[in-house]
Amino acid sequence: MALTNRSVAIDRSPMTFVESLYLPSIFKGMGITFSHIFKKKPTINYPEQTRPFSPVFRGLHVLNRDEEGRENCTACGLCAVACPAEAITMEAAERLPGEENLYREEKYAAKYEINMLRCIFCGLCEEACPKDAIYLSETFAPANFARKGFIYGKDDLLIPNKNTEPEAYAKAKGLNQ
Amino acid sequence: MFDARTPIPLPEGSIEQQTTTLNLGPTHPATHGVFQNILQLDGERIVSTEQTVGYIHRAFEKLSERRPLYQITPITDRLNYCSSPINNMGWHMTCEKLLGIQTPKRVDYLRIIIMELSRITDHLICNSIVGVDTGAFTGFLYVMQYRELAYEIYEEVCGSRLTTNIGRVGGFERNFNNTAFTKLEKFLAEYPKVLKEFENLFNRNRIFMERTQGTGAISAERALAYGFTGPNLRAAGVDYDVRIHSPYSSYEDFEFDVPVGTTGDNYDRFMVRNGEMWQSLRLIDHAYKKIQEFKGAEAEVFHAEVPEYYLPKKEDVYTKMEALIWHFKIIMGETAIPAGEVYHSVEGGNGELGFYFISDGGRTPYRLHFRRPCFIYYQAYPELSKNAMLSDAIITLSSLNLIAGELDA
Repeated sequence: MALTNRSVAIDRSPMTFVESLYLPSIFKGMGITFSHIFKKKPTINYPEQTRPFSPVFRGLHVLNRDEEGRENCTACGLCAVACPAEAITMEAAERLPGEENLYREEKYAAKYEINMLRCIFCGLCEEACPKDAIYLSETFAPANFARKGFIYGKDDLLIPNKNTEPEAYAKAKGLNQ
Repeated sequence: MFDARTPIPLPEGSIEQQTTTLNLGPTHPATHGVFQNILQLDGERIVSTEQTVGYIHRAFEKLSERRPLYQITPITDRLNYCSSPINNMGWHMTCEKLLGIQTPKRVDYLRIIIMELSRITDHLICNSIVGVDTGAFTGFLYVMQYRELAYEIYEEVCGSRLTTNIGRVGGFERNFNNTAFTKLEKFLAEYPKVLKEFENLFNRNRIFMERTQGTGAISAERALAYGFTGPNLRAAGVDYDVRIHSPYSSYEDFEFDVPVGTTGDNYDRFMVRNGEMWQSLRLIDHAYKKIQEFKGAEAEVFHAEVPEYYLPKKEDVYTKMEALIWHFKIIMGETAIPAGEVYHSVEGGNGELGFYFISDGGRTPYRLHFRRPCFIYYQAYPELSKNAMLSDAIITLSSLNLIAGELDA
């Protein structure tokens, strides 16, 4: 049934005598296999070596700090609204006098939890954040012994303070590797 | 004297049924997904098949009824997960049709590149799995590393590989960077050789031809009666292609051929998919050339100018109040969506993937239905596998390219 003038029939010619001998195609196949022995190995030894990620890779979440090491998050809840898997919960609190070096704005997230078992790593929270507070890093494949360990709190998510813990910060950023 | 040919007299009250019941699946390694088939076997020949659906029912349409448009994109990822960018873009185009958004040409061409790449990855996995099921594992190994190249291009654009969530309503979330284009050039340069090698291994191999020719055949009339589309219908001899018959995303600007088969058997389906991969390469090459022709400001366009639906730039959100207001409105799903009814279909990896979207003007779809091609093909499976050998029915299952993620409606 022709509906267009663009159709091209596929090659379905009957087997020739040489093809029906069966041995030529075996040798052809074997030849291809042997030629691959001398090619570069495409796999890498994963835990020791890692492949380069794209700069926009969507891995585990990180809660960001600003230049002075203060938390960016203001607990506006936009990431929780945008999350299609409903994996994010948070509780807001008011910044008290004397905490200006800890939190950038007057409101902050006292509790911030991401259930990594629910998360589908779609990146919509990063896109929704109006304060540059959450982004998806290049770490992935977390492992744990219990389900409870996959509910990441603020202590798991928050990036180390650049000014007070420079070593931990560099490690988290992957700078010294 | 014992003679094996005389039937052994069965004792009184024993089972007289002469067929064997076999549960193929739901988690059998040969079915490549959650498919259950209850087979009645006479020896190795299949007498009847009863297929079951519902093992991974996830209620996508119902979930979508309480989500704003942008949150439905990750759901469409999980329909046919071998070619999720096509699903994502099909959904974006459906929304654009309802909202009346005209996308710029460059966005259309970028979309074509990504969609044809994912058609290649989809056909690649299907054809190499057909090879695995006929006993040729090697082809599968050699082509898989080139699927990786395509996945790395997605990773540069959207940040993820399998469940991509690529693009937004109106265009892409970011412009393609140079690495993405370099990787695309690498793919275009290296992939034809690999596909040629893959064809050398399979196309004219006697074992492969004899295993696949004449098995799992379906006539054009029966295929149309079941509602087949895509490569499976074209293998039966009907050259129906959504990209030609109702062009979307500027497919009308491109020249490409439609490979068609004659008998609709497993060999035809394999060959049609192989032919389509060559056509997809042609399309990508052509689209990439067209993209390079854009100069100046046009060469930076990656989304349509629709401030009501497309998120403002992050720098503006951090500093400008109006952008912040739009940002909140879009994320909360509070921008107005017109009431109306729209159907849009794209040529997915497997066939016509349709989105039927009814909006009552609320923040979420009033009703949404996905036309899943695999669900339709699976209805024909008993007819295709009747009187076949069990091992041929396995090849039929994989050459139909049934993906379990699309199965449950």
